[in-house]
Amino acid sequence: MTHVDVKAAILNILDEVAPDAGLDELDETADLREELDIDSMDFLNIVVGIHEALAVEIPEKDYPELVSLQNLVGYVEQKLAAK
Amino acid sequence: MPSLGADMDAGTLIEWLVAPGDEVKRGDIVAVVETQKGAIDVEIYESGTVVELVVPVDTEVPVGTVLAYLRIPGEVGPVVPTEEERVATSAAESPNAEVPAQVPASTALVAGPPGTRVAPRARKLAAKLGVDLSTVEGTGPGGSVIGEDVERAGPASPAAPASGMRGAIAAAMARSKREIPHYYLAHTIDLEPALVWLETTNAPRPVTERLLPIALLVRAVALALSKYPEFSGWYKDGRFVPSPGVHIGLAVSLRRGGLVNPALHDADRGTLGELMVKIRDVTKRARSGGLRASEFADASTTVTSLGDQGVDGVFGVIHPPQVAIVGFGAISVRPWVVGGRVMPRRLVQLSLAADHRVSDGHRGGRFAHEITNLLSQPETL
Repeated sequence: MTHVDVKAAILNILDEVAPDAGLDELDETADLREELDIDSMDFLNIVVGIHEALAVEIPEKDYPELVSLQNLVGYVEQKLAAK
Repeated sequence: MPSLGADMDAGTLIEWLVAPGDEVKRGDIVAVVETQKGAIDVEIYESGTVVELVVPVDTEVPVGTVLAYLRIPGEVGPVVPTEEERVATSAAESPNAEVPAQVPASTALVAGPPGTRVAPRARKLAAKLGVDLSTVEGTGPGGSVIGEDVERAGPASPAAPASGMRGAIAAAMARSKREIPHYYLAHTIDLEPALVWLETTNAPRPVTERLLPIALLVRAVALALSKYPEFSGWYKDGRFVPSPGVHIGLAVSLRRGGLVNPALHDADRGTLGELMVKIRDVTKRARSGGLRASEFADASTTVTSLGDQGVDGVFGVIHPPQVAIVGFGAISVRPWVVGGRVMPRRLVQLSLAADHRVSDGHRGGRFAHEITNLLSQPETL
């Protein structure tokens, strides 16, 4: 899976969880919780979406490092590469 | 046309998902209806064969109107009433039917110009944003109106006129504050034992089975309600009607503003994992569309949690005709005395707003303590 594929898959998940949040203008380095008004339930749905679409499991203890879209894409790429 | 709450007079049928001749099972989604609360899926309550669709697409009808006729297995003879029978029925019903004198502004807004195709997403957005579809120029295939067109035409500033949902909230909350004599209680709960238990429980679980604190809070309220039933039900026609089951309405905020409180049916039963799946599913559908009619009508008590917003507490406004709302603030680390020593603990503030026509502060206090006790023994939830 290329960087572009991973990013597209994650954007797809974000769009499903927050369809009216305005992803077109999303700054890749911005805090998702702030930018998209993501709460703990949305975040869990994103983590589940990543598990279902990309087969990557994110343990709770890693949540704090997943702040931005860039963090999420980087984290998933790293996990996929380690497989 | 199902009623989705005391404040709903009418709804607009926007899509049929079945056709005459189709077999349907109880619980199947058969139609989509546009209401002040957004686009709602309508389930069927009987299994059988669809005989006739009575209400055409894009038609607004009052609550209680027959939408379609169904043949139940084993049923013989005509299912669809004759023309004379229909006239007689409508004449008999009309004096009692609560038909609004005028069409609510929000439903007039979502209708759109005749002959123009409007994408479902565009329709949902228009209802949310309060955009008049007849003024929107379509740029989709064949000149159809798509989501982007509505967004462009959407309100430019937060000062734009209230959308359909804002109108529905305004009506329900104004009625609540006008009619319901609220009393309020607050209580601080030491959530440390529950959260430690939750972290231990979650660690080995796959992501799809992970629990959030809200599942513990909702379950504790649900179990306490089965012991204090005077907080679970509806105040109708001057008296309290207890709910046959514990159906918690979960207040879910929407990104574009507004909120809905879909019901978590029988929240006192099943495993915590099952309740968590329900909460996750309902929250997701509330925010992306696709809530079912039954999820609006049945809630017997509301739970609202503003934890993620970081406020310490919330003093709720009861959703009529319900009689109580339980609020939770943010979970935060504070100094707390345990066994004579000050320790850092994670605390949460519980609040109860209840209807004084049905219960008193004394019982409200016992109810709040029951929730606290349950949360101190998370393994029993």
